Amino acid sequence: MARSASLRRKALMTAIAWAIGLAIFFPILWTILTSFKSEGDAIASPPRFLFFDWTLENYQTVQERSNYFRHFWNSVVISLGSTLCALGIAIPAAWAMAFVPGRWTKDILMWMLSTKMMPAVGVLVPIYLIFRDTGLLDSRTGLVIVLTLMNLPIVVWMLYTYFKEIPGEILEAARMDGAGLRAEILYVLTPMAIPGIASTLLLNVILAWNEAFWTLNLTAAKAAPLTAFIASYSSPEGLFYAKLSAASTLAIAPILILGWFSQKQLVRGLTFGAVK
Amino acid sequence: MATQASRFAGHLMISPAMILLLGWMIVPLAMTLYFSLLRYNLLQPGTEAYTGLTNYRYFLTDPAFLTAMRNTLALVGGVLVITVIGGTLLALLLDQPIWGRGVVRVLVIAPFFVMPTVSALVWKNMFMNPVNGLFAHAAKALGLAPFDFLAQAPLASIALIVAWQWLPFATLILLTALQSLDRDQIEAAEMDGAGPLARFGWIVVPHLARAVTVVILIQTIFLLSTFAEILVTTNGGPGTASTTLTYLVYVQSLLQFDVGGGAAGGIVAVVLANTVAIFLMRMIGKNLEG
Repeated sequence: MARSASLRRKALMTAIAWAIGLAIFFPILWTILTSFKSEGDAIASPPRFLFFDWTLENYQTVQERSNYFRHFWNSVVISLGSTLCALGIAIPAAWAMAFVPGRWTKDILMWMLSTKMMPAVGVLVPIYLIFRDTGLLDSRTGLVIVLTLMNLPIVVWMLYTYFKEIPGEILEAARMDGAGLRAEILYVLTPMAIPGIASTLLLNVILAWNEAFWTLNLTAAKAAPLTAFIASYSSPEGLFYAKLSAASTLAIAPILILGWFSQKQLVRGLTFGAVK
Repeated sequence: MATQASRFAGHLMISPAMILLLGWMIVPLAMTLYFSLLRYNLLQPGTEAYTGLTNYRYFLTDPAFLTAMRNTLALVGGVLVITVIGGTLLALLLDQPIWGRGVVRVLVIAPFFVMPTVSALVWKNMFMNPVNGLFAHAAKALGLAPFDFLAQAPLASIALIVAWQWLPFATLILLTALQSLDRDQIEAAEMDGAGPLARFGWIVVPHLARAVTVVILIQTIFLLSTFAEILVTTNGGPGTASTTLTYLVYVQSLLQFDVGGGAAGGIVAVVLANTVAIFLMRMIGKNLEG
């Protein structure tokens, strides 16, 4: 009796949850489907859901007409480059704060976080002028610099919370066994720190890939990553739905896949440890 | 204990990050502050002059500023209401025993990973377009007149797009908080005869309150900077109907080349964001102690 009631309840909840989940996901699904349609099928009324002539022609056109992969490559270079730079700067800092905490460690962490609260428009004008005068406008180097600095607080913070979880006793045990500082770092700490570093890398690549304030304001054509390239479809060209969809699908696919791996890190990285 | 040498090494390891962040925030911010006191237009080079608070007076009395403030508050408030209520309901739903929970969770979270320009354009063209959008098709199928979302209700439409992007974030955080709820406490309450509503009101809600606050504060900080969605959908229009503070500063500095006025607007935006940030920092700081 009770069992069948709870089973019925579970079935009902499952149905509701799936319906809502599919509804939320639908715009993405629709974009992916549309990317395989001809332009005619894309605006057909009533809309064609699955029964249309599947084609890869849009992907080809998008690449031929606008050199799509150059923008794709810009996105890769900018997001990966800025993440690696941020990690290079942040790993030593987070390491020191986690393992050699001083009187000011907490204040420094909080201060770093506070720089993240600064709205980008507050520094838009000077950054734009500095970039113009130093030739960094519309360059990948410029964007790597900006995104490195922009995400640095999150990277330091995330690494700090991961390093904090490495128990200090392990170090002492290694020292008792006669391990030197080099061996300690190389053989004891590094293997334990790698998962945390990898998660931080993952989340930061996602954030940098999707960043759409600086990438839109500081690039024109040459260094434009996908965020800025897709924005150019806001002109009437966006009315070519199938091509817009193909360009969009390629732009979001890698991050959707990476994102699915990073659900847990997302909470940690974006709430700064305030929700566990 | 830390020796003198290891402490020195520690300082050495922290300093690059600190110096870079200091340079990144303090220098440009000081420049913004300085520009905001100048008459400085990129179209008239060589005419820069100190004007005191004139830029602020112009910016704050510009009717576009009041509209932008109203729009900013409406956008942030609207998105917060949708995402917090929707996120709570979704989190409660996903916390139930259901088949394929992992897959549903992935479906729900997906919008967060879509870049802002893509989601804005997909919604604008393929859903909200009054001729070929899916909503227009649906309206026609029901015999209704299609609605031109971005022309007739620009701000609400943008809020809808932004809410779609942020709903996963709220859901994920609230779900994480729900899952850390002490099950024993609920069972104890059940044994004491508390009904489902009482259990929800007295145990779940207080437990979620903190996570909800975090969601509200963090989202507010990100939402105050909403930019790409407005740029590619309405360009702030029609008129200034969907211009927010961030967008207004962008228009003033990079489209009208009024560096002084834009800088003044930037400082106003900083003050606004920091008011919110103070509360968030306090909560995070408290957590760091515990």
